[in-house]
Amino acid sequence: MADNQGIKDMIDTKDTKTAPASGVDNKERLKIKRVGMRNQAPEERIHNFEEVPYGYSPEEASIEAKRCIQCKKPFCIEGCPVNINIPAFIKLVESGDFLGAARKIKETNSLPAICGRVCPQEDQCEKVCTVGKKKDSAPVAIGNLERFVADYEAAHGNINIEVTGSIDKKVAIVGGGPAGLTVAGDLRKMGYDVSIFEALHELGGVLMYGIPEFRLPKEIVLSNLKVLENMGVKVYKNIVVGKTFSIDELMEKKGFDAVFIGTGAGTPKFLNIPGEELSGVYSANEFLTRVNLMRSYQNEKYDTPVKRGKTLVVFGAGNTAMDSVRTGLRLGYEDARIFYRRSRKEMTARIEEVHHAEQEGIKFEFLINPVRFIGDESHTVTGVECQRMELGEPDESGRRRPIPIPGSEFITKIDAAIIAIGTNANPIVPSSTPGMNLNKWGYIIADENTGKTTKKGVFAGGDIVTGAATVILAMGAGRKAAVAIDEYLKTGTW
Amino acid sequence: MYKIILKKNMGEGVNLYEIHAPDIASKAKPGQFIILRVHGEGERIPITIANSDQKKGTITALVQTVGKTSHLLSELNEGENIKDVVGPLGVPTDIENFGTVVCVGGGFGIAVLYPIARALKEAGNRVISIIGARRTDLLLMKKEMEDVSSEVLIATDDGSSGIKGLVTDALRNLIEEKKEKIDRVIAVGPVIMMKAVSDMTREKNIKTVVSLNPIMIDGTGMCGACRVLVGGKTKFACVDGPDFDGHLVDFNNLMNRLRFYKKEEAQSYECHNKEHHG
Repeated sequence: MADNQGIKDMIDTKDTKTAPASGVDNKERLKIKRVGMRNQAPEERIHNFEEVPYGYSPEEASIEAKRCIQCKKPFCIEGCPVNINIPAFIKLVESGDFLGAARKIKETNSLPAICGRVCPQEDQCEKVCTVGKKKDSAPVAIGNLERFVADYEAAHGNINIEVTGSIDKKVAIVGGGPAGLTVAGDLRKMGYDVSIFEALHELGGVLMYGIPEFRLPKEIVLSNLKVLENMGVKVYKNIVVGKTFSIDELMEKKGFDAVFIGTGAGTPKFLNIPGEELSGVYSANEFLTRVNLMRSYQNEKYDTPVKRGKTLVVFGAGNTAMDSVRTGLRLGYEDARIFYRRSRKEMTARIEEVHHAEQEGIKFEFLINPVRFIGDESHTVTGVECQRMELGEPDESGRRRPIPIPGSEFITKIDAAIIAIGTNANPIVPSSTPGMNLNKWGYIIADENTGKTTKKGVFAGGDIVTGAATVILAMGAGRKAAVAIDEYLKTGTW
Repeated sequence: MYKIILKKNMGEGVNLYEIHAPDIASKAKPGQFIILRVHGEGERIPITIANSDQKKGTITALVQTVGKTSHLLSELNEGENIKDVVGPLGVPTDIENFGTVVCVGGGFGIAVLYPIARALKEAGNRVISIIGARRTDLLLMKKEMEDVSSEVLIATDDGSSGIKGLVTDALRNLIEEKKEKIDRVIAVGPVIMMKAVSDMTREKNIKTVVSLNPIMIDGTGMCGACRVLVGGKTKFACVDGPDFDGHLVDFNNLMNRLRFYKKEEAQSYECHNKEHHG
């Protein structure tokens, strides 16, 4: 379990030793150990959907804020996809001005309560934190502080955002997920007339249907959505752009001057093995949508059904796989496991999620590849046959390619299986928008810095451009697109 | 909110709902579907559009009361609202001049078949329709089907109209006895009927299109709940369908997937009935 040492450094404070001095004041700062967040105990939380970490108290936040050495060249800002002025907001936390800190974050990030919870900080701001580079020192807990500040503001202040002007131009946002919400917020703040068109009955995209309650309480998402509505962002739910209206209709008939497409990742990938059509084999998207968006875990109140059982196997090792397996555990699957065809090192999930999953008793089995599902006479899954793998030479992704070991097949009895191996591009908007070019996988081709597509007036960002990525990267793309849309609408030049 | 403009009992627990949804009505083409949610805690259910009226801004859907959601819907009256309606979803039915097309409809599937038959006729096809029901009084849209078909064959379980038997009996008769040259068959109705039609036309090598209605959640390709096996490949009924080549569809799998939540649905319906009707 050598890898767990890294996890401990990120999450616990106990093992962090004093760092060498780099200045008088900083010497004191570097002596402070990283403050971990208190968590709901694993044995309790596996029986509920409440959030795992409790968040900092003001005292804890003030101590953690003191660890920031206010670098002259703050790498953390560069490491943040939306370039939050991290040292500045942490300084405000240290001085006790928590509401000021919130305002500082919101200069560049309209959804801090969400980012503080779901960003992979360990790969972004915290990865490049100077404090974390010191010997035996963990980076400043920037994510925890962001979350604290946002929650403090929600409890003690006014989270509404002021609209600074009024610009007589209409912008349509297609898809109310992280990318679209960011564009909507940024442009509305500047004064644009912004409308969001959402296919589902609720805004939020993956924040609502994908990320579970215990990682991101829906109440927090809803209060952030309320902020946008209070700003005057118009919201049209139950509209599938590409079906109800086309992009061309939005621009030609409905008078929109620009369109941003942020429709998210698309159709779930399957394994293409026999038996995958059996009932009880789910895509992660279906399973999570049933539980999160449709709230089937509260079956006394909500109508959408979800099955419960004893043994659940999730295939995949990204964040969605972790969300699925931990959700299964909470639904009552007492034996909930991850089967992954590569090894622990190649897992793409956040360390914190893996750590939480292991604390909760999720079993991880590596170098295992499913070859077929087995069902009963009612076409319901009862088992899965897998084979063991070994790692060969690195493949095109740079990760060592798993190779089957002949004769290693074995059968595991299961009640449910979840496939969490990614998504393909959703065809609805791309196929109904002439003049907008796609790459060979069907994702929209858009400029990395501006979100401009090959169709005039149409911008795109988030998973429909990059393929499945993270909330914060979608927000980063949204932020860049908002700047570019403003520029385009002011100058008229494409 | 989507207002119910007209509600009509069609018998056998089937209700017709004309719903105010102008954006959907202006776009809906034969073969497409909507997803609706009756109330804020409700499930999302897919329903094929039976008719749309651009001028009135309405769409028509027929729903049989089988569980809690359809029951809640049936309790809504004219002038009341459905919480969410989204559409038109799915790929419209392929309409071209194929030559002679036989449209086979069973039960309230006939309501969905009607606009397809009409579009096929308008495209220049010779349309022969075969419609079936348990009894004459349960046979839907006979008049309308006659208006768009050069011939309408009827099959009832009790023989009270047309032949006594199934729509497949009428179809076999048409092919084997009347030696009708058929270029395409469209079948809309219960899964078992679409399977029987497909099994028969496979033997005769007549291209057959069926309209599938599996369990769905989002209806836009995101969740994959509606996947069906077509020619051994996984297809999503919501974005690849709902129409598929009947000769390639794994109907047994579809029927089993449709049954998967029967127990939960029955419990939910029972709970609801206890609470509300004591």
